[in-house]
Amino acid sequence: MNAIDKAPAPGAALRLISGNHACALGAVAAGCRFFAGYPITPSSEVAERLSRLLPEVDGVFVQMEDEIASIAAVIGASMGGVKALTATSGPGFSLKQENIGYAAGAEIPCVIVNVMRGGPSTGMPTRPSQSDIMQSRWGSHGDYPMIVLAPASVREIYTETIRAFYLAETCRTPVVLLYDQVIAQLTETVELSDGENRAPAERKWASGPRETYRPYAADEDGIPAMSRPGAGYRVHTTGLTHGENGFPTQNPEAVARNLGRLFTKFERHREAIDSWETLGCEDADVVIVAIGISARAAMRAIDIARAKGLRLGLFRPITLWPFPEKALRDATAGAHAVLVPEMNAGQLRLEVERILGSQRVHGLHRYDGEAISPEEIAARAQALAREKTT
Amino acid sequence: MSSTIVDSAAEFDVRDYLRKEMMPHFLCPGCGHGIALRALLWAIHELGIDKDKLAVVSGIGCAGRLSAYIDANTFHVTHGRPLAYATGLALARPDLHVVVITGDGDCLAIGGNHLIHACRRNLKLTCLMLNNEVYGMTGGQVSPTTSETRLTTTTPLGNAEPNFDACALAAAAGASFVGREVTHHVPKLKELIRAGLSHPGFAFVEVLSDCTEIFGRKNELGSSAEMVLRQKSELRPEAYRDTVDTPFRSNDLPTGVLTKTDRAEYGTAYRKAAAVQRAAKAAKSAAGISK
Repeated sequence: MNAIDKAPAPGAALRLISGNHACALGAVAAGCRFFAGYPITPSSEVAERLSRLLPEVDGVFVQMEDEIASIAAVIGASMGGVKALTATSGPGFSLKQENIGYAAGAEIPCVIVNVMRGGPSTGMPTRPSQSDIMQSRWGSHGDYPMIVLAPASVREIYTETIRAFYLAETCRTPVVLLYDQVIAQLTETVELSDGENRAPAERKWASGPRETYRPYAADEDGIPAMSRPGAGYRVHTTGLTHGENGFPTQNPEAVARNLGRLFTKFERHREAIDSWETLGCEDADVVIVAIGISARAAMRAIDIARAKGLRLGLFRPITLWPFPEKALRDATAGAHAVLVPEMNAGQLRLEVERILGSQRVHGLHRYDGEAISPEEIAARAQALAREKTT
Repeated sequence: MSSTIVDSAAEFDVRDYLRKEMMPHFLCPGCGHGIALRALLWAIHELGIDKDKLAVVSGIGCAGRLSAYIDANTFHVTHGRPLAYATGLALARPDLHVVVITGDGDCLAIGGNHLIHACRRNLKLTCLMLNNEVYGMTGGQVSPTTSETRLTTTTPLGNAEPNFDACALAAAAGASFVGREVTHHVPKLKELIRAGLSHPGFAFVEVLSDCTEIFGRKNELGSSAEMVLRQKSELRPEAYRDTVDTPFRSNDLPTGVLTKTDRAEYGTAYRKAAAVQRAAKAAKSAAGISK
């Protein structure tokens, strides 16, 4: 049984809710106490839910004047030490990019939900897409590290929202929660508990005397301790390249040292960051690599194909970025073909090809606003399997 | 009032509020921004605001660089967005005293949308906009407050666009405190900033500053001293209403406190409504249990 279709524990509290509702509930459970956003389809339900939930827990909801102001207010709240979230869709995600880069560079924790709809531009506001896979990793200018989580069910949106806050806080980074319109507005029965009962993450706060505190000097884990305004440290935070003391510098040595640490700071945290699921990859002739609703379709495609004697498997990255490279190599080691069904023109395929080489990798792409069906995936996989035998 | 000014001037030492390790500062000789910074710190000193509880958020440009010199919790954010960052910070941390330092391009061009909505929202913030009529940091391009006919690196024919009256804009957008002052009159400027800092809602303070090196040179406005003196002759701030008139006053810009209204502060109102709702919910669930 795959992780998504697993039956809830006996006696568990169940609720019938949408993906966006689950995101709002997950945020509150994770200790999020600030939301700033701007209305946009198909993510607005996250804002609407939190406008009701946050005042109940002494948090703050604010609808800002635009998408840029929303991410800016979220980063501002987090600089004040409060866990903060914003939610948007493609056009808004584009507008937020400069400030997501600020959060990455200044190392301010925050969570950004991007519910993917058809693009480019205004595109198809009410139709699903998976075409922000590359933008979620590379959307802002300059080099910077990024964590992107890609849940595939309502239940997983809940648990991954909690994990997004955990990673944002412990790794001092913006984290993108990336899911498509289908699971955003899909209604499923879910058990609302964090599987691992993880306590809300606490940021690593500065301690010790002000005189010796250096805001961007990292411990061995690569993550600098942050100072909370009001705690007496009185530090400077800037989007300019900065040294360990937090002040702007263009000294090549200081710039290289801080950026070098920034680019590699996730390495010591990969165990907490990496997450993926494999289904039937052990004996699979064809392994499907997919996220979100396309992965859900792939699960059904596996059943259809296996009933006909075709051995299909699934590799599903739950943490999309940094991409679980080694796990993908392992899962596809025995397969003679790898199929990447996705609702875009070939973004996930590009990353899979980078890791596995292009020879075995095939795409199945839809960008017409329709989700890919299990039958389409099964038929394509069958054709790939036939190519081998002929 | 004048007696307190004299007393406080004697005991105020700006160095107590500056990061000495950041000196020398990077402002050009003759720039008015240093005068505005000193006036801000003087007002903070007089109000006895705790440096640990002071958060200064600034944008990009010459004015944006000032936050780095202040010994406080300082945040140098993205171009045009300091008001939006400050909105999040002030809403999340109502215990902090949040001040925004911005310039005319940062606040009125790229950040114009945030200004009008901050004015409308009325969250407790003090926004200090240093208006030097030009994009100084990038080499002297035309800004939304550049006077008509002025020369800049992007208006070689003379500026043909009318300029914004920032205070009129802020007042029209609903700001509950609006004021303007010139760098020529430092104690007056300090008093205005102090009034803004003391205001319980959103306070917009425009400071007419001088860019001597770039804007002044391009327009042959003379030395910095001449430019500051021109504030007295060409402008007609309230402070000089009673002085002997000159034939050169082309801009009859009012100064001092221009708007002050008593309007509910956003953060307080939000938290109050939330507390009422929580209490009602608690009462309802208690009644449910007792049944």
